[in-house]
Amino acid sequence: MTRDELLDSLGKSFADKLQHRAEFRGETSFTIATGDLRDIAKFCRDELSFDYLLDITSIDNFGDEPRFQVVYHLYSMPHGIHLRFNLRLSEEFGAVDTVSDIWPTANWHEREIYDMMGIKFNGHPDLRRILMWDGYPFFPLRKDFPLAGLASEMPDVAFTKVTPLEGGPFVTIPSTAGSKDREPRARPREL
Amino acid sequence: MAETRATAYDSKIEGNVIFTRFDAALNWVRKNSLWPMPMGLACCAIELMATAASRFDISRFGAEVMRFSPRQCDVMIVAGTVTYKMALAVKRIYEQMPEPKWVIAMGACASTGGMYRSYAVLQGIDQLLPVDVYISGCPPRPEALLAGLMKLQDKISRDRAFRNQKPELAEKLEEALT
Repeated sequence: MTRDELLDSLGKSFADKLQHRAEFRGETSFTIATGDLRDIAKFCRDELSFDYLLDITSIDNFGDEPRFQVVYHLYSMPHGIHLRFNLRLSEEFGAVDTVSDIWPTANWHEREIYDMMGIKFNGHPDLRRILMWDGYPFFPLRKDFPLAGLASEMPDVAFTKVTPLEGGPFVTIPSTAGSKDREPRARPREL
Repeated sequence: MAETRATAYDSKIEGNVIFTRFDAALNWVRKNSLWPMPMGLACCAIELMATAASRFDISRFGAEVMRFSPRQCDVMIVAGTVTYKMALAVKRIYEQMPEPKWVIAMGACASTGGMYRSYAVLQGIDQLLPVDVYISGCPPRPEALLAGLMKLQDKISRDRAFRNQKPELAEKLEEALT
């Protein structure tokens, strides 16, 4: 099957559920509603041979509504085709259905998103933090989490302190200048 | 006839007797047989392995016996980035090491947190453990680790080993001698 045939097949079955289609460098992304995720995921795996879930990522558009975005990157091994699904969800809603029973690899990806962003996954078999420890009170990749971190304390388990930034953050500015000009320097936050 | 005592040169033992201070002997023994606890947490551990391997050969300085049980170690080489999640485990392993014990903070991360100014990384292992030697570099070359080890040996050789280990006995002896 070619890419167009696969996408046509998807379009026929879920015509009213694919909200927005974007093309970039020969890869297709659809925006879908959170409630339709599992149906579409099952169809993609069983009927369209998207047997490989490359990654699940999450984006925090702090200040916008809905705030969060969850992105599913699918790949079809037999046909060599990428497909992407975008979910948008607000902070109050804050939960997506799990796909860990459809693609087992989603188990840890969903745990990572829960750990870093605080997005919950309904029906996940073991939704614990994966990088930080159980009981850590913050979600570090949210945009309202300060770069220097926040102090936390769990006696005999772990702790964190606010990091001294010493005039930093040390950032580089992308340009075609020489490496001496591009090297990371402490820059005021206004820049 | 007066009783005589043999005070002549005893060729059997005389050549094998060395006079020294007790501390100096103890420190000499300790510093030339440092058993490291390889606390390898990141890329510095690769350089630590290179230091132990044949090209650089840490056994020239008596520190080749890497032990993976803290109970058999003298010096903990913290090689790599210490995250907060790992920090208390590092401290616990340090506490399981028998006295006397020393700590080498190898590389920028273990010394100060290095480039990781982050919510997840402890900004220097010296916030938890008493560090004896800091080694700069990211990661340090094996020569730097060897130089750090030699610095630690110098430090050990200046140690007041007997007084630190047996303070009561040392005081009693000093009283008896004065």
